[in-house]
Amino acid sequence: MKRRLGYAFLVVMLIVIYLPILILAVYSFTDSANIGMIHGFSVQNYVTLFTKPELSDMIWGTVILALVSAAIATIFGTLGAIGTFYSKKATQNVVNMMNQIPVVNADVVTGFSICILLIVVCNVSKETYIPLVVGHVVLSAPFVYLAVVPKLKQMDSSLYEAALDLGASPVQALSKVVIPQIAPGIISGFALAVTLSLDDYFIASYTKPATFDTISTYVVNATKGSHTEIKTALWALSTIIFLIVIVIALAMNMAGRKKEGNE
Amino acid sequence: MNGLRFSRKQLCIPYLLFLICFVVAPLIVIIYYAFTNGEGRFSTDNLIGFFSSPNTIGTLAYSFVLAVVTTLVSLLLAYPIAYILARSNIRHKSVILMIFVMPMWINFTLRITALKEILTLIEGNLAYYPFLNSVIGMTYDFLPFMILPIYTTIMKLDNSLLEAANDLGASNIQTFIKVTLPLSVPGIISGIVMVFLPSMTNYVVLDMLYNSTYIMGSLIGSYFAAYDWHNGSMIALILLLIILIFTLATSRYSEEDNSRGGAML
Repeated sequence: MKRRLGYAFLVVMLIVIYLPILILAVYSFTDSANIGMIHGFSVQNYVTLFTKPELSDMIWGTVILALVSAAIATIFGTLGAIGTFYSKKATQNVVNMMNQIPVVNADVVTGFSICILLIVVCNVSKETYIPLVVGHVVLSAPFVYLAVVPKLKQMDSSLYEAALDLGASPVQALSKVVIPQIAPGIISGFALAVTLSLDDYFIASYTKPATFDTISTYVVNATKGSHTEIKTALWALSTIIFLIVIVIALAMNMAGRKKEGNE
Repeated sequence: MNGLRFSRKQLCIPYLLFLICFVVAPLIVIIYYAFTNGEGRFSTDNLIGFFSSPNTIGTLAYSFVLAVVTTLVSLLLAYPIAYILARSNIRHKSVILMIFVMPMWINFTLRITALKEILTLIEGNLAYYPFLNSVIGMTYDFLPFMILPIYTTIMKLDNSLLEAANDLGASNIQTFIKVTLPLSVPGIISGIVMVFLPSMTNYVVLDMLYNSTYIMGSLIGSYFAAYDWHNGSMIALILLLIILIFTLATSRYSEEDNSRGGAML
């Protein structure tokens, strides 16, 4: 009885969490402009989403920004983790402490401070995209660092020296021995960097060029406006992202099962 | 390339420089701007201005109350979810957990849009219940960050401790209060850290729910919009101090996987 009550609570919470997203998904396939009135079936929202240039521009802009900033963050974070791991304790402490700042800091403060430094003090134009990319790398590189360090701890530290003794150059020893060993950490760090960039609003809003929009800044502006066509097209976007998330979750789940099966 | 000689340690130099230039330097600039005026002279006007204006002090108090309430509501919802799930004998707990946290991979502005439509349907006009809507919106946004660390700590609990408590005659409720709850404190603290600070600063959730109330983050936003770098920096500095105090106060409970990163993967 008690157990049943517990499960019922879990189910109710799941319904509450998913109801808004699912209702929006249903309405994205109608021609209604507001939730509550059902009209006819329509895919107009999806047509608008893929044909209106400002919408597809902002989606592609968000994706490219996420991939570019995540790639840069992964390089910085991974090299930083390897270098720091083999440094003196004092260096490790300093890097760990600085690395923790963006992690615990509020995104508003991170975005505002980078804006002040680059745009106000250094006079870098927002239109160069430099402040935006730097901001997103600051946001995500520390998480790549944090994802790689545990893998370095697990690695047999004599492998690198063995590679050097056997005649490998440091570059070879790194690329052929160390990197493959810590690859799972690098990959999850990269994935995390992508999600952080995709979800960011604050850093983008303080550093982005005036004519460029990410999904977050676009959605926030759209809710302030009264453009119905755009509003309902965003319901379609939300539904598509929801479906992509489900597919990724299923894939991760299956990959996890397979791994368990092999072990 | 094969002739290139370097020590492994030197690989950290680019990242070290990056952190100094784009993490430490911005903070120094913030401190400088917070304590100077428009003419670039040292001034405590921004500091005094913040603490003598009823508006800004009111905003600080309001965002504090909002953050406390949001954190409490999240905790009261997340703890039972995490506890029931972790102690259940469902075969694929990790799948259920994933279903609970999956929404956080959807862009939060889109999730709040969805919530807004539902709330509008229920309430009619969102502007009537600004505080309630803020709490609902933030809880909806941040709940996974509370569920995950609590679930992880309860999963790590040593079952033999609970069995021992039962063997020694404790009732289920006594076991929960004297054993499970105290041992899950680290998870609770991690969850509080991850929910409390965003609740003080994430003003977009409020904006999107047609809310005219201000929290600390909104102040930075409005000073930014007015090109008032000095007062904006003072707010950022005050937030930094709150974050610092919070981090130091909770650091003895910190675990390796308590950051947003640990929560997301």
